[in-house]
Amino acid sequence: MSDTDVTIEVDGVSMPATKGQMLIEVTDKAGIYVPRFCYHSKLSIAANCRMCLVEVEKAPKPLPACATPVADGMKVFTRSANAIAAQKATMEFLLINHPLDCPICDQGGECELQDLAMGFGRDISRYNERKRVVRDKDLGPLVSTDMTRCIHCTRCVRFSQEIEGLQELGTIGRAEDMKISMYIEKSVDHELSGNIIDLCPVGALNNKPYRYSARAWEMLQREAVSPHDCVGTNMYAHVLRGKIKRVVPRENEAINETWIADRDRFSYEGIYSGDRLPAPMLRVDGNWTEVSWEDALAKAAESLKAADGSSVGIVSSPSATLEESHLLSRIAEHLSCSNIDHRTRCRDFTDQQNDPVMPWLGCAIQDIEQADAIAVVGSNLRREAPIIAHRVRKAALNGSAVSMVNSNEYEYHFDVADYEHGAGLVEMLAGIAVAACDTLPDSIAAVCDGVKPSAGQKRIAKSLRKAESGLLLLGNIAARHEAFSAIRALAAAIAEATGATLGSLSEGANSAGAALAGVLPHRGRGGKKRSDTGLDVIQMLDKKLDVTLLCNVEPDADILASANAVKQLADHKFVIALTPFASDDLRECADLLLPVGTFAESAGTYVNCEGRWQSFHGVANPVDEARPGWKVLRVLANLLQVPDSDYQTSEEVRDELKNLLGDIEPDNRYRGDTPIGRPNGADAPDREIDVPIYQVDAVVRRATALQLTPEAQRTRAVAED
Amino acid sequence: MRSKRVVYVPNETSAVSLGANEVAEAIADKTDAVIVRNGSRGMCWLEPMVEVVVGAERIAYGPVTPEDVDGLIESDFLNGGKHDLLLGPTEEIPYLKNQDRWTFQRCGLINPLDLAAYLEHGGFSGLTHALESGPRGVLEQVKKSGLRGRGGAGFPTGIKWQTVADAKADQKYVTCNADEGDSGTFSDRMLMEGDPLTLIEGMIIAGFAVGASRGYVYLRSEYPLTRDIFEKALKVARAGGWLGDDIQGSGFDFDIDLHLGAGSYVCGEETAMLESLEGKAGVIRYKPPLPAVEGLFGKPTVVNNVITLASVPNIIAMSGDRYAEHGVDRSKGTLAFQLAGNVRRGGLVEKAFGVSLRNLIEDFGGGTASGRPIRAVQVGGPLGAYVPAAQLDILLDYEKFAEIGAMIGHGGIVVFDDTVDMAAQARFAMEFCAIESCGKCTPCRIGAVRGVEVIDRIIANENREANLDLLDELCDTMIDGSLCAMGGMTPFPVRSAVKYFPEDFMPPAGDNK
Repeated sequence: MSDTDVTIEVDGVSMPATKGQMLIEVTDKAGIYVPRFCYHSKLSIAANCRMCLVEVEKAPKPLPACATPVADGMKVFTRSANAIAAQKATMEFLLINHPLDCPICDQGGECELQDLAMGFGRDISRYNERKRVVRDKDLGPLVSTDMTRCIHCTRCVRFSQEIEGLQELGTIGRAEDMKISMYIEKSVDHELSGNIIDLCPVGALNNKPYRYSARAWEMLQREAVSPHDCVGTNMYAHVLRGKIKRVVPRENEAINETWIADRDRFSYEGIYSGDRLPAPMLRVDGNWTEVSWEDALAKAAESLKAADGSSVGIVSSPSATLEESHLLSRIAEHLSCSNIDHRTRCRDFTDQQNDPVMPWLGCAIQDIEQADAIAVVGSNLRREAPIIAHRVRKAALNGSAVSMVNSNEYEYHFDVADYEHGAGLVEMLAGIAVAACDTLPDSIAAVCDGVKPSAGQKRIAKSLRKAESGLLLLGNIAARHEAFSAIRALAAAIAEATGATLGSLSEGANSAGAALAGVLPHRGRGGKKRSDTGLDVIQMLDKKLDVTLLCNVEPDADILASANAVKQLADHKFVIALTPFASDDLRECADLLLPVGTFAESAGTYVNCEGRWQSFHGVANPVDEARPGWKVLRVLANLLQVPDSDYQTSEEVRDELKNLLGDIEPDNRYRGDTPIGRPNGADAPDREIDVPIYQVDAVVRRATALQLTPEAQRTRAVAED
Repeated sequence: MRSKRVVYVPNETSAVSLGANEVAEAIADKTDAVIVRNGSRGMCWLEPMVEVVVGAERIAYGPVTPEDVDGLIESDFLNGGKHDLLLGPTEEIPYLKNQDRWTFQRCGLINPLDLAAYLEHGGFSGLTHALESGPRGVLEQVKKSGLRGRGGAGFPTGIKWQTVADAKADQKYVTCNADEGDSGTFSDRMLMEGDPLTLIEGMIIAGFAVGASRGYVYLRSEYPLTRDIFEKALKVARAGGWLGDDIQGSGFDFDIDLHLGAGSYVCGEETAMLESLEGKAGVIRYKPPLPAVEGLFGKPTVVNNVITLASVPNIIAMSGDRYAEHGVDRSKGTLAFQLAGNVRRGGLVEKAFGVSLRNLIEDFGGGTASGRPIRAVQVGGPLGAYVPAAQLDILLDYEKFAEIGAMIGHGGIVVFDDTVDMAAQARFAMEFCAIESCGKCTPCRIGAVRGVEVIDRIIANENREANLDLLDELCDTMIDGSLCAMGGMTPFPVRSAVKYFPEDFMPPAGDNK
């Protein structure tokens, strides 16, 4: 027994604890419930609600369990007459000002105050003077307010200070005039701000788009995984009569802790956008006509059968499920087609033969916090992967030296050790590489020729070298870069020379899954090199193919390498699109539209950036005639006589791929040794290759409330300039 | 030709508010006397009190208005001439003569910004002694003195300092709480206006003892003159090499910043004061960690009241044992009591602990100003209990007061005569809390507002018995549940009023609702 171990007794039961631990941590762990409002395990202790008062032997007064450190031999009573009296007294006070509007409050039925009032409240108040009334705040399109309900627990305030690192909310005034407020009226704009809805123990802060649309007890709670970034955030969809009414976090300490990004919380609105494709449509003589699923699939199969494999192209979304990717890969295989790609946002494929088997973070998400030096290269991290950005921020708060290398400067709410910006990514990385490498590897010798590192670049190299566990993260901007080959080789050389781990973020929810399934022109399943490298996404667009299959891709918005993807595709002979939405893009360039479900309407699996496979069921009813993508592809495979394609469940599809893959160890080491040429103008620093946070995929682009945020409006204004 | 006469006219808030500046101007205009602006001797009812140096003595006149100056000149006051306002030698005025001036020994005696005068009257001998005896020697003397925090809580200063001294940190702080917000208190102000260098000296000694190099004084904004004098005193000390880097060649660095509050009573609570010093809203932090372990900016911090810190130089100069000779039991030394309210001779009385409340109010204070009988006395500010006239013989001793549910606090004594309405006073206590609560914790924020309403119902004779019970429970909740002493002690004056003066809470005769 170490000297930090102590034993305390709670309600007559003896239990171990650690010196300095707060009482409530011990009782929570032991499953003894002490009522609380202000305490939250992820936030600092405020000790202001006074609901968690318990009796402690020898203490003259009841003590707050959240702010009382344990001491050896301490005897605690959480349910004694004194403890209950203190808790009831606090509850009586809190209810004096709280309105009795539970019947019309969205929090009703899942309200901590309501629950505790049942346990500790009186049925009639002894105080019947006027209740305090507080004017509501306009916090923007995501969070509704009923500030009269606020009990001043300050969880939202602490969240904004401690988790966002941006004090969006605070308390102003004092005594009974104390209010939760902005200092100057504005909306809550942080990409994680929606979490204050869950933190609020009463109905003061609520989900604005969801407002008054369902009651907590009539919805079904179903597990879902976020489709919008490579994190694989765990969430619950709350479903009423087959329709998602809202999304809340599902706790997973290894991934998203208890948080989800606003993008994950509010994107579901896009599912019910007015331009959902209601039924299969076929272009006949230039006019769109509705057709039956049977006819539509027959037409698709017929066109594919008629074409030569080399003149068929498949472009799939990086957020397609593993099952969809596997089936696409099998169909391509059957058609002897290697023109298959999911890298819709990439531009530089010249060094693709040296890609790792799948894009990989290089470590577990929660390990980021332990890194003592981090360099984030080519990323608008907070927008690309808000949860990863949060982990990086935690690392910085832990004392890690976090540096940023990016042409444009983005804002972070922690002290960034060095922010290299203003120049091209290749140029800046070359400086770091020269500072980091004793001898430059052949691959980057040409790129680094004549480069003199700046002081900041030297510091970044030094901090990575000094670190016990350094991490060099390549973001989505790097992956989209026209000189990605050079960037990757430079980053790899820096990591190699400094001993840092090389990691990368990837597009969409399932780039890793797509790569594993072989949705790549140069690699088959499990990274197996193809003998006949097919056309990448850019080459496919350029070629006038006989049949092109688009899976969950809206060409102009999703394919970044081309400024006029729709026009290019319109020249293809026959374009089949599996899509939830009948967007103008697709109506212009496609010939056959097949309505498939969004992430919520289909079962599937995403492989996140750390290589974690997460399977999920469909949580909502498909809209109109939409069908899960994997089922559509499975029937198509049947019609094409792809052997052994009579899958009954998505799990069968997944398990087949899993067996075929066997054990695959992700590995980010760079093995290329051929010199990479200078970027020749591709490294211009002013090139904007960021994708705005609320533009990343078709569902998000249609999420009404997210599109009303200042962030969405700002990025739209930039785009229209 | 005779040498010029020296005339002292206090530059202190109460004297100035009564016309001291105009008096000084008039004397300067009409005589060739040298005017020295000193602090106050603490006899507020005599302010502005003018002193003339005659021979070895200082002869006092007061209270002097500008209109009195011509008459004084006619009476040859510069030579101690007879006049209606003549008080005789200052040191012989019983109010002053009967005190135990330890901390306030120089207050009123000198120009507070005259470094030479300060040194001449024993100033900086404590610091010099401290620098010689080392931090451990200082801590030992402070512990021996039995000095307890004079801000109200009475925590042993030596133990607090030892905790900070033992804490390991790259930076430590000494903070001085000069947010003197208790009603009826003014000793911090008088000291900072009358002898600011003593406070500076005390803070430097504290810094030396605990290993801190920075000090902050948190002064309430309602004291503009104090700010002016103290800021000048800091400059004087720096210019003299007594503050800043390498103090008097000792190698010890210590500097002090003055920080102004913004009008919040609760910022006198130590953790709220630290929040405010950090530039945040003045709300309470929960303890632990204690400020001595994690205080200002998360660093080990001494938080002491002005009088505590100002008591130290003399303790070090004279030894802790000498200080501990004053006082009784665990209440060692002296306290600067402040007589206010309905009292004939309001002012500051520094007296060893163990003096009786009656002695202070009747012998020093001369009873009520109205001449009516005393009915109640509130000791220790707005959160202190009301002591009924029957208990006036209680001795001023931390533990004795605690026994009757009262507190000495910062030593403010407010006297009420028999016309006081104690129900209104009880209501005021709740109202004060309702205005000044920081709003952080539930019991204080909500209890105070609703306490006012419950007392209103009692006064209006609505469900009197039930509401008295409710008030009692409400008081329990505030005492048991509040985060700090603000909400935790507001019930004390309320309960003492109900307990000792129940008749004030009775319906008017004939009203039998």
